[in-house]
Amino acid sequence: MTVRRMLDTAHRIRSTRRLLKSPATAYRSGFMSPPVAPPGWSRWLVPPAALSVHLSIGQAYAWSVFKPPLESALGLSGTQSALPFQLGIVMLGLSAAFGGTLVERNGPRWAMTVALVCFSSGFLLSALGAALEQYWLIVFGYGFVGGIGLGIGYISPVSTLIKWFPDRPGMATGIAIMGFGGGALIASPWSAQMLESFGGDSSGIALAFLVHGLSYAVFMLLGVLLVRVPSSAPGARGTARPAPTGPQVSANQAIRTPQFWCLWIVLCMNVTAGIGILEKAAPMITDFFADTSTPVSATAAAGFVALLSAANMAGRIAWSSTSDLIGRKNIYRVYLGAGALMYALIALFGDSSKPLFVLCALVILSFYGGGFATVPAYLKDLFGTYQVGAIHGRLLTAWSTAGVLGPLIVNWIADRQEEAGRHGASLYGLSFVIMIGLLVVGFVANELVRPVHPRHHIPAPKEAAHVQRQQSESA
Amino acid sequence: MSSDSSQSPPSPDRRWLIAFAWVWVGLPLAYGLYELVRKATQLFTG
Repeated sequence: MTVRRMLDTAHRIRSTRRLLKSPATAYRSGFMSPPVAPPGWSRWLVPPAALSVHLSIGQAYAWSVFKPPLESALGLSGTQSALPFQLGIVMLGLSAAFGGTLVERNGPRWAMTVALVCFSSGFLLSALGAALEQYWLIVFGYGFVGGIGLGIGYISPVSTLIKWFPDRPGMATGIAIMGFGGGALIASPWSAQMLESFGGDSSGIALAFLVHGLSYAVFMLLGVLLVRVPSSAPGARGTARPAPTGPQVSANQAIRTPQFWCLWIVLCMNVTAGIGILEKAAPMITDFFADTSTPVSATAAAGFVALLSAANMAGRIAWSSTSDLIGRKNIYRVYLGAGALMYALIALFGDSSKPLFVLCALVILSFYGGGFATVPAYLKDLFGTYQVGAIHGRLLTAWSTAGVLGPLIVNWIADRQEEAGRHGASLYGLSFVIMIGLLVVGFVANELVRPVHPRHHIPAPKEAAHVQRQQSESA
Repeated sequence: MSSDSSQSPPSPDRRWLIAFAWVWVGLPLAYGLYELVRKATQLFTG
């Protein structure tokens, strides 16, 4: 017990020493040390830096464009052609969870450079794989190497944005995370046009991968060059930033708090509920109105999916900015409580009114996006800015879990209902009830979130100095 | 506070840099949104 307390004290002292340094000097010095903003630097240069990374890595959600040509060119099954994307998402979760502390230590420029190199190299390796018709090289390149770029890139600007916008952290992170949603909107038509021009054979796919890798490297370079950390150097006019105030908790301490795990449940439940719609949006709207006088065509269903993407993206910036005004806990009450209500409305009246079905689905998807975008600011409120990027990285394991859970629930239940001879809206009734239940669980977890106990805080500077003095005296 | 940086107006050079940076990310996003709107209208016309 005494040893444990001593280790804990040593950890707290180390954390405090790091905290006492200015944001600039808190990072490792060297070639990739983060550039400190010079006097007069505008904080409005930081969101485009973040967007250049997020708009690029958001391409991951447009992977499906490459699936049919890969299947015909390399003779792959649907499962095989999905593997690069699936491995990429797994690597996103893992690298965000395990690389978060490195990102905090080395700063946003280092992180964005790693993201650029990995994400672009992933495409270049895939280009080589397609040219040589080596499927495993595409899996390794896009999935493994590119996936590391996804995870490090996703968390790279979060901490810096929160430090630049302490008055509007929700809006700032909302802009960046909206970019992740926007990335697929850009890549989907762009990649499709490219494949149309270059051809769907292996050399055409290789050329498309090559152009993607080079273009994204140039596009992401803006983020690497523009990102700056705010200076706390005394006298640095216009950019002076005092040491962080309020409770500060390290990433290692944060995962020992109930607040972290409550938020983990909140995010997991909210994402699962969103994926529940997103995963089967097109067949769902078709099934719901199949037996009505106004059935939904395949083209209209594609339009519905596009509209959901827009709601997902808009929710990221709109709801996250709203959280700056009404508070983080309240906005999650809306996401989870009103989300459950929307699911109930679809389950009860969805098949009788198309506008009602579409409206409820759009609101659910806007809450899905909002949940992603608001969580960094919620973490900042609870754990401070000290290692918020690393804590965010660890929380993203909830996303990976939900990514498996959501589609599994909806697809498994729909398949069982179909086997039981059901059709139309009744295929999804049970799924919706489960989604409502999950959202209620998330709502309860959000209600259990309380301020973090002071024993997890890094000691305030004065207190830390006292502890250090005591340690040196006893030594 | 970092918000101080927004209170002291950026130099004219920086204003150009801000505009360039936002156009850099805004143009591809506008293209994506245009394609999205084109596809989304199919819900009402398709």
